[in-house]
Amino acid sequence: MIGYILRRLVALALTLLAAALVIFIVLEILPGDPAAVTLGLNASPEALAALHAEMGLDKPAVLRFLIWLGGLATGDLGLSYTYRVPVAQLIAERMAVTLPLALMAIGLAMVIGIPLGMLAASRHGRLADAGVMAFAQAGLAIPNFWFGLLLVLVFAVGLGWLPAGGFPGWQAGFGTALKALLMPALALALPQAAIIARLTRSAVLDTLQEDFVRTARAKGLSEGVTMRRHALRNALIPVVTILGLQFSVLIAGAIIIENVFALPGLGRLVFQAIAQHDLIVVKDLVMLFAGLAILINFAVELLYGLIDPRLRQS
Amino acid sequence: MTTRRELLAGAGLAALAAQLPVVALAQAKDSVTIAQTLEPPTLDPTSGAAQAIREVTLQNIFEGLVKMDRAGKLQPCLAESWEIAADNVTYRFKLRQGATFHDGTPFTAEQVKFSFERAVAPDSTNAQRQLFAPIVEIATPDPATVVIKLKQPTANFLYGLSWGDAVIVAPASAANNKTNPVGTGPFKFVRWNRGDRLELARFDGYWGEKPALAKAIFRFMSDPQAQVAALRAGDVDAHTNLSAPEAVPQLKADPKLKVTIGRTEGETILATNNAKPPFDKLKVRQAIAHALDRKTIALGVYGFDVSLIGSHFSPLHPAYVDLTGTYPYDPAKAKALLAEAGFPNGFSCTLKLPPPSYARRSGEIVAALLAQIGINASIEPLEFPQWLERVFRNKDYDLSIIAHTEPLDIDIYARDDYYFQYRNPEFKALMAKIAVTLPEAERNALYKQAQEMLARDAVNGFLFILPKITVANAALDGMWTDWPLPVTPLAELRWR
Repeated sequence: MIGYILRRLVALALTLLAAALVIFIVLEILPGDPAAVTLGLNASPEALAALHAEMGLDKPAVLRFLIWLGGLATGDLGLSYTYRVPVAQLIAERMAVTLPLALMAIGLAMVIGIPLGMLAASRHGRLADAGVMAFAQAGLAIPNFWFGLLLVLVFAVGLGWLPAGGFPGWQAGFGTALKALLMPALALALPQAAIIARLTRSAVLDTLQEDFVRTARAKGLSEGVTMRRHALRNALIPVVTILGLQFSVLIAGAIIIENVFALPGLGRLVFQAIAQHDLIVVKDLVMLFAGLAILINFAVELLYGLIDPRLRQS
Repeated sequence: MTTRRELLAGAGLAALAAQLPVVALAQAKDSVTIAQTLEPPTLDPTSGAAQAIREVTLQNIFEGLVKMDRAGKLQPCLAESWEIAADNVTYRFKLRQGATFHDGTPFTAEQVKFSFERAVAPDSTNAQRQLFAPIVEIATPDPATVVIKLKQPTANFLYGLSWGDAVIVAPASAANNKTNPVGTGPFKFVRWNRGDRLELARFDGYWGEKPALAKAIFRFMSDPQAQVAALRAGDVDAHTNLSAPEAVPQLKADPKLKVTIGRTEGETILATNNAKPPFDKLKVRQAIAHALDRKTIALGVYGFDVSLIGSHFSPLHPAYVDLTGTYPYDPAKAKALLAEAGFPNGFSCTLKLPPPSYARRSGEIVAALLAQIGINASIEPLEFPQWLERVFRNKDYDLSIIAHTEPLDIDIYARDDYYFQYRNPEFKALMAKIAVTLPEAERNALYKQAQEMLARDAVNGFLFILPKITVANAALDGMWTDWPLPVTPLAELRWR
């Protein structure tokens, strides 16, 4: 097991290195000069040269790649071309929005999706089942940015209950900050909730056919306890898997949702950095997302072992 | 049954969330929240070209010797008066007494000298170095006087001093102005949550009139729908220049809001590569000019009337002449001219478009109009950095659409190797003459000639002036309608 994890870690490091090289080369051959973007249409050659030196763009590419790698290894992500502050600081600031947003969305998706899935499974073939399935269809079909706009129209413009967008910052108070994240999290959660509901339903239906469930029923356990303790636990495996797989979808969704709600999160930072040619930020963020995706897959596999005793033996 | 109980718990949560205690915040009468489309990359207007930097900092945090008012006229600011000597190259500024920087540093002649010398230092990244290029000497005979000597008479020297690139900064704080700006303006920097908002507070030590507002927040939202929603929900009190022209009728109908359509210094042009065949032929460029139905283009982009232009000049300037009639819309004449130029069946070319929606939208219509006279322009969308690299720097283009937002920038047509590749010695001589002609009436007459020359030569397709769509709470007074300079002076805002 230890050896297996070590081997996995080495492979992971190599994957990350390869990813770093690819990302660097792709951004290197992209036309466009970050200094020119900063200084605009009237820039003098002297000012451009000065800014090149300030940004370290006057060094050869190989050297810049090595400096970047060295920085990544030591946690120094460099200075943003646009903002002229450490990229690590920018990412930390944005994480404070995106992470709670993503967690809230996942939480909402589970709170909505799992009970609905179970309800559909226990009422298999009846009206409630059809209702849940219809909801899931709609949740998957509705684009979440459109749903987000709809929420804004109803709750912000129409009723004035919630802010239409933006993020006052955690210093404005926990409740205020949470309120600003509620609608975006809901918009982000909708398709996930639909997927989870469908998955829970089919997984519960599958496990209800299993031998151990029949045993549990034979032992005289009530239907509810059987559901919770046996069927649901096993049904959760595919749900956890899909949550891991949905990570990149969640990030992509966050980019769109953060733009709809003007939230200062990582998604919006990527979007802005690409538009403004802030290549250092783009490089660092793409690396971060790649690393996160790989680590989450790793974590999902470990979680399997916790949920399913059969997987622990291997 | 448990499943039902769990479901109820879920439903209960959702219900709770919907019924969060709603605190209706009464609009405190001494604060304002202003939205603008783009976030400034840094807060130092002397080391970057981004217009967004000027919009938030100029006349709020930082001040120059002179300032531009909403009518485009120069007003005294950190210089309370000035005299130009008979030699036309010596400027004597009498400085404001009792002005201080936000960190308590007193404002004196030393900082003026420091700021202008810093702008032309070898490591300076000031985007408008040429403003300071004519300076040969800065003398400070006493703390309240600055005497600046120029190489030659420079007509627009004072005008340039009202720009963000020429604000006065202090030696102790200048290096940190990018992230912690310290100026002499009526508002001081409080906090910047990057990607969302910038907070400013009234500066109690301000030398001038005390502003009505104690606190101001700039919020940055680039998404057009988000801008409209924030205005309608009352999250923001105003937007300086809305990106959603299609929402104007709906916002105009809202009694809580007032909408004004103003003008800017942004000439939107169909940039043309004058050095590349067939665009080096005057008749081809004239044909294109006759094919451009400006009114239709502007209506297609905005849905309402905006100022149309026939040359590279903004109606906000007193020297403006309307030259839209130089080559009126006339497809038949355009075709005839193309035939005379040797293209009876038209030709094919590319139209490279940068990201702004005005460029993408007008690009579609321009391509359709050109198709009417047999010119098949294939659209190539580009990201801005690629546009800068390929079109602007390498001149690898046929046609493009872009707005030149710098005020009074007609002199770009006199630059060697500028991307239009318009090489006209006569025009260059005219610009050189304007640069040294100080009397205003004389200079404006020369500007008129310059505008006519560019219009006649059909150097570019001249389309329209970027509008400034200001949307504000009906009770908020003082927003600028026009943008002779892209600024949002908070000291001029008050609640009714």
